[in-house]
Amino acid sequence: MVMNCEQIWREISNYIEGDVDAALRVAMDEHFHGCKKCASVLAGTQNVVKLYGDERMLEVPAGFSRRLEKRLAQNATKKASRWSSWEAWLVPVAAMALLVGGLKITNRYAFHGPPKSILAPPANDIPPELQVVVSNGSKVFHVPGCAFIHDKNSERTMTAKEAMQDGYVPCPRCLRQYLKISLNGHAGEMVADDDEEKEEGLELGSVTP
Amino acid sequence: MAETNIVLNNPEQAGGTREQELILSVQRGQSELFYELVRPYEKRVYAAALAILRNEQDAEDVAQEATLKAFANIRQFRAEARFSTWLIQITVNEALMRRRRGRTVIMEGIDDHRPGQGDSDSNYTPRDFADWREIPSEALERKEVRQRLAQALATLDRKYREVFMLRDMEHLNIQETAEALGISVASVKTRLLRARLMLRDLLAAGWEQGWFSRLPFEKGNKPW
Repeated sequence: MVMNCEQIWREISNYIEGDVDAALRVAMDEHFHGCKKCASVLAGTQNVVKLYGDERMLEVPAGFSRRLEKRLAQNATKKASRWSSWEAWLVPVAAMALLVGGLKITNRYAFHGPPKSILAPPANDIPPELQVVVSNGSKVFHVPGCAFIHDKNSERTMTAKEAMQDGYVPCPRCLRQYLKISLNGHAGEMVADDDEEKEEGLELGSVTP
Repeated sequence: MAETNIVLNNPEQAGGTREQELILSVQRGQSELFYELVRPYEKRVYAAALAILRNEQDAEDVAQEATLKAFANIRQFRAEARFSTWLIQITVNEALMRRRRGRTVIMEGIDDHRPGQGDSDSNYTPRDFADWREIPSEALERKEVRQRLAQALATLDRKYREVFMLRDMEHLNIQETAEALGISVASVKTRLLRARLMLRDLLAAGWEQGWFSRLPFEKGNKPW
């Protein structure tokens, strides 16, 4: 294979890479042997590759290494501090959650007691010292004189706090102003439609304390 | 912890066993060893970023970001590739992203707008055919010589400079260079040929201008 100079120049980089087949390499070697120009191009190109490939050509600005090492250290510290911060917050937050939850549960049972009726509407706004009455056979407490008190002969007076601690639920009629009942709410409708059935309805949903 | 998968049969990997030990240690949580792992390559990381961004401040910033990214992803490193190649590729990606975001002003080389610089124009004709003589590597001890070489490289069009940098200075192979830059192997070969020939001519011209005048060459001989 005979090659001219232009063909040699096109392949000279591949020749340096060792990326030419055996036949082409032989042909190029023969050409370099007889062509001073192409031998010069080859030698100069090899010189370029050698010089630029030297490690000393890779320079960094003064202090580069120190700054890089510092940045890596800062990153590691930041990561660590993120963990310690997370851990540091996790413990008190969990403790606080437990405390609040515990207090809430304690308070609920201390103040309200387990309700005798699962249908009882929330009655958190009833003044704890309000005087109310309860009676035998009923799980509802009333304002004294309420028309819906069962077995008036067995009436007992106590505070609302005490009544709720015993599991009594407020009468949706006489204590309505303290109850969180929506206009379409279950208890409210029952009161509006049939007070007696309402009382029964509450009793139907009662649970054994 | 992610399962590590270090292949221990890559004797060409710089640092050999020690590097593999470091990689495993860092992957297992000894983050304080990471700098020791990247230290042999920090110059290459910076140079790769500089070749793409051509701004020292941006290059340093990207070099740091790329190193942090490598650290963050060290558990995903699989030693089918060399660690240095993996690190350089992260750096190239980071630098290319930075450039795309336009956070740096690229000052292009003087060749950028010269006619006939397309990839298809692979018929570059060398201009200087003087007798040559090898430049001794001791020449690189002189800062002036290194600066001249860097200046010559900086005059190349970006597409030639990047390929040359990754192949001949970062020592990525042709395939790795193509992957890092997202171009074809054929384009890498074409650009590499042109870059090498253009640099050869530039350095030959530099010889005429006395860049290497204090080098101990024989009288009348050029290094080309």
